Amino acid sequence: MKKIATGNKAVAEAVKQAAPTVVAAYPITPQTEVVEQVAEFVSSGEMKSRYIAVESEHSAMAACIGASITGIRTFTATSSHGLLYMHEMTNWAAGARLPIVMANINRSLGPGWNIWAEHTDALQERDTGWLQVYVSTVQEAYDATLMAFRIAEHNDVLLPVMVNLDGFLLSHIMQPLDTVDLGDFIPPIHLPHAIDVKNPAGYGCLTGPDQQFRFRWDIERSIRDSVKVIEETEKEFAKRFGRKYGFTEDYRCADAEVVIVAIGTLGKEAEVAVDILRNDGIKAGSMRLRWLRPFPELDLKGKQVVVIDRDYSFGRGGILATEIVAQTREPVFSVIAGIGGQEVTYEDIAGFVRNRRIGEEFWFGVTSNV
Amino acid sequence: MINNDRSQDRVLRSPIIHNHLQELDTIPEIPKEEYILKCTSACAGCSDSLSLRYVLKAAGPDTVLVVPACCTSVIQGIYPNTAFNVPVYNIAFGAAAACASGMSNAFRAAGKKTNVIVYAGDGGTLDIGIQAMSGAFERGTDFLYICYDNEAYGNTGMQRSSGTPLGARTTTTPAGKTDAKKDIDAIAAAHDLPYQATACAAYPQDLFKKVQKALAIRGPSFIHILAPCPPGWRYSTEKSVEMGKLAVKSGMWVLYEREYGKLTIGPQSKVAMKKPIPLEDYLKPQGRFKGIDPKTVDILKQRIAKNFAKLAAEEATP
Repeated sequence: MKKIATGNKAVAEAVKQAAPTVVAAYPITPQTEVVEQVAEFVSSGEMKSRYIAVESEHSAMAACIGASITGIRTFTATSSHGLLYMHEMTNWAAGARLPIVMANINRSLGPGWNIWAEHTDALQERDTGWLQVYVSTVQEAYDATLMAFRIAEHNDVLLPVMVNLDGFLLSHIMQPLDTVDLGDFIPPIHLPHAIDVKNPAGYGCLTGPDQQFRFRWDIERSIRDSVKVIEETEKEFAKRFGRKYGFTEDYRCADAEVVIVAIGTLGKEAEVAVDILRNDGIKAGSMRLRWLRPFPELDLKGKQVVVIDRDYSFGRGGILATEIVAQTREPVFSVIAGIGGQEVTYEDIAGFVRNRRIGEEFWFGVTSNV
Repeated sequence: MINNDRSQDRVLRSPIIHNHLQELDTIPEIPKEEYILKCTSACAGCSDSLSLRYVLKAAGPDTVLVVPACCTSVIQGIYPNTAFNVPVYNIAFGAAAACASGMSNAFRAAGKKTNVIVYAGDGGTLDIGIQAMSGAFERGTDFLYICYDNEAYGNTGMQRSSGTPLGARTTTTPAGKTDAKKDIDAIAAAHDLPYQATACAAYPQDLFKKVQKALAIRGPSFIHILAPCPPGWRYSTEKSVEMGKLAVKSGMWVLYEREYGKLTIGPQSKVAMKKPIPLEDYLKPQGRFKGIDPKTVDILKQRIAKNFAKLAAEEATP
């Protein structure tokens, strides 16, 4: 069914169809519309879920953990400080192998109070064992949320999945949304280690140095296995509903000499910049990274790479740039742009490419213009 | 309410107290099933595991324990073994009540009546877990929150918690604590719980009955157990039950329950309210109170009297 929706509403629509048994959430700008809409669905009876209006994000994730371990489907949503506040529990969720799905509306971190788009919140969760996907359109927010449940709950994965949307730039903008008749796309959940009072077990017990690393390795093994599950799920989604996704969305990359790499809405905006650059005779392409965990194999060999980071790791560099250099060994031009909602137009992006200085870092609006 | 003029005999002849003692005489039928198996990693004389033994006997096998970081995390044993014969979900320090909230909702959504019991220490309840607990209470979560209170962070080597009493030495209050014990029961009561009680490891039958009552009531309930701790309180290991009894007899701990807001003070504490034993009898055997300033003892005595008066007045209110 075709309609018009915001990114937040699209997520809520997908959650309604995935029908988690328990939703536990705490409001934070710009995520509020997601949880308000879910609460409305529950209140009106359109969703049969239990909505736990917890008193903090730490408790939101803890409640999802407690619910999930009984073997049922759970969902939550947060943003920025909310995500940071639940950090202890995001680690717990992954370590406990619980397929919780969470929408995170990417937002800057204080101080100062800034509610606008930035990716540092989610990127600080890189190492927790969560799978992370970053979307760029309202339609993709909906599709990725649906797929997240199927991927998380797959018995080769059993890890939580975070669906990331840019605050306001995607959470609050209206775009067309084509909802699907879900059918059996998400199979019933079966958690092999669900609590069973007839077969009592201890969960998360004291674990010695002879065992702990085995559990850690098991998370990594499942993240590696998730590559296949993500591919299968996206393939099945395309087969059933006609929309194709991958680990990256490549635009005019095949013959490109310079490729722009970014995530979220910047990655989509880069496509417009590519067209402008091509008109000027510059062989540009763009590669929008969708999945950051697991981190995809990137084919950037022989190409100049311009990475745009809407985030930063102080004392090291743009987080995306750092990851890409580590993976491809190719030198990049690292652009830090869009922090705290700083406006970045496709003309600006085209400018980054025209004036690139491979091997250097450039803070848009701060360091001398390229 | 403390009336030292009356003899113990005259107190016992009081009809109200007599009835209570009769009720106490009806010893509940304690199931033989054990849910705490042999070879726990508890310290000698541990009253946390003694209490949990009776909690689980009262709760039965259709029960899940949610345990934040505390002595019980250790007592259950080391992976891949567990000494507890019910499912135990270990969770981060401040998250027990929230975790239980999700779990209870999930069980109820699935039509299951499984008891969800948080079993947390004083640090995990009075300090780091108080927000999650308050939230779960306010939301009417169908669960039982039990705080076993050894009045310090025992697991990490006896650092002060807000449950540590005034004057007690801990590793972070080497000269004795200068602040009073936090009144978590008053805080819990402010949530207007359907059921709330205090208990003490030295009175396991009383504890057993209170756990059964709490679990029979739908909605949130809270039981606060005083759990004497030999290494933490620095007394010899065979004296845990005696310490608990001295706490009640001196009035440092009061046994009571509130059912839908109606307070009933336990018979043991009724006796103590009429004629408490000297507080020094409770303080002296404990190394943690060694060298306590007499002025601090006086403050403790005043607090006991004030607490007794407050509870007696509440109980007398129709």
